[in-house]
Amino acid sequence: MKLSELAQQSGGWLKSEGPLAGIVVSSRVRLARNLAGYPFLSRCDHQQKLEIQAFLSGQIDSLGTPESLQYINIDEAEELDRQLLVERHLISRQHAQANGGRGMAFSASEKTSVMINEEDHLRLQTLQPGLKLDEAWEEVNQLDDLFEAKLDYAFSSRFGYLTACPTNVGTGIRVSVMLHLPGLKMSGQIEQVTRSAQDMRLAVRGVHGEGTQAAGDFYQVSNQKTLGTSEQQIIEEFKNIVVPQIVDYEKQTREKLLAEHGQFVDDKVFRALGMLQNARTISSEESLGLLSHLRMGVTLERIPDIKLDALNELFLRTQSAHLQQIEGRALSAEERGIKRADYIRQKLSQN
Amino acid sequence: MICQRCHKNEATIHITEVSDGEHQENHLCEKCAEANGTVVKNPATINQLLSSLIMAHSGAAELAGMTCPECGISFLEFRQQGLLGCPNDYEVFSEALGDLLVRVHGQDIHHVGKVPARGGSEQKKNIQLLRLQRELATAVEAEQYEKAAKLRDQIKEFEQE
Repeated sequence: MKLSELAQQSGGWLKSEGPLAGIVVSSRVRLARNLAGYPFLSRCDHQQKLEIQAFLSGQIDSLGTPESLQYINIDEAEELDRQLLVERHLISRQHAQANGGRGMAFSASEKTSVMINEEDHLRLQTLQPGLKLDEAWEEVNQLDDLFEAKLDYAFSSRFGYLTACPTNVGTGIRVSVMLHLPGLKMSGQIEQVTRSAQDMRLAVRGVHGEGTQAAGDFYQVSNQKTLGTSEQQIIEEFKNIVVPQIVDYEKQTREKLLAEHGQFVDDKVFRALGMLQNARTISSEESLGLLSHLRMGVTLERIPDIKLDALNELFLRTQSAHLQQIEGRALSAEERGIKRADYIRQKLSQN
Repeated sequence: MICQRCHKNEATIHITEVSDGEHQENHLCEKCAEANGTVVKNPATINQLLSSLIMAHSGAAELAGMTCPECGISFLEFRQQGLLGCPNDYEVFSEALGDLLVRVHGQDIHHVGKVPARGGSEQKKNIQLLRLQRELATAVEAEQYEKAAKLRDQIKEFEQE
């Protein structure tokens, strides 16, 4: 498959079918692994990086994964292709920008992906729509077993899987759940969530935008503790405590907002709809904010005839690299603004 | 230099004011500067800051010289870049890393998660045992006695194997 074709479709993990899909967008589990017998990447010379890349990418075809994985050499990939992979959450921004023996592989459904020579030699990830952490863990665990059958990981009985950064050591697991929290954002309670999450050794980050301002009101909640606890324990805690609590909090806040300031909420939602249906040019930041309000309106059933799937797709496909891939060439910011507005109007009129 | 205001104490605060392009220099002691409305940072906090820095560094100073014989990284280099050089560093710097690991991961810093199949059955068993013991402690703490009893039985079985 050509990467530009990716831009025309929606990732398998983005279907709004998962449990609690209105608020929980996706569940992700990532494992950090390193090969025994090699230094970590900061101490590898160029030759060693290439060796690791060749060895690991050489294993991919014969792993026997349920879905076959397509390998991409990041060093040789076009800038726009790298950016597309970042926008689709298949690789990290750092991985896209760096150089030297970097590779990645992904499945057609985009639920499984692998990064070679990012911060660690190997990073395995699975993405699932909605709250599906058990499935995500099972899949990434199997993928890990398949790799492990072919190579030796750096492992110590005391510190577990050894990683370049001690913040990942032990299980090497990073569980992240992407949540849409416009209610908490609107009512100014997001800070509280962030603070109580920190007490539980969890990190809360805005998905889009820089720093604390999360454009589009999407937040990623992930574990910080990776050592001294088991993978299952972390998953259980997320599934039974962390996510239900935040989701409840968001739901209550939305209900309260509706009950006390119904007109205000509807105003936000319908203004967003009006702007998006009529804008002739729009920046990514503005569209993220408006789409977020619209998405909340849809999940609160204030707007009956727009599907959550269509909105999820809009979030994905109005990003810069997507617009450019669909157009087949690099676009200036001005051109992107026009294309973005065109695409949104067209998509919303289909509903 | 003597304080311009009280003419008694040593002037330790020097302020240059610029108004209408004219510079005016004021030399005051701490007391007069405060009375004058100038905020003086509490020197105690500065000292505390310094000592905590030195504390942090005195530990680091001993360790700074420590170098991993395999990858050649020194502990100081690790602290500067935040990334270790090779798997062996965890052994070489194990003591120094302890504090950092506790800060990030909490008091229990022994691995209790997945073990590679190639890791050997003995290793697997030890880690599983540790995990069960940890779960037992958590269950007792949460007063989940039924669960605790089950875990205790599992641990017994495990030890007899």
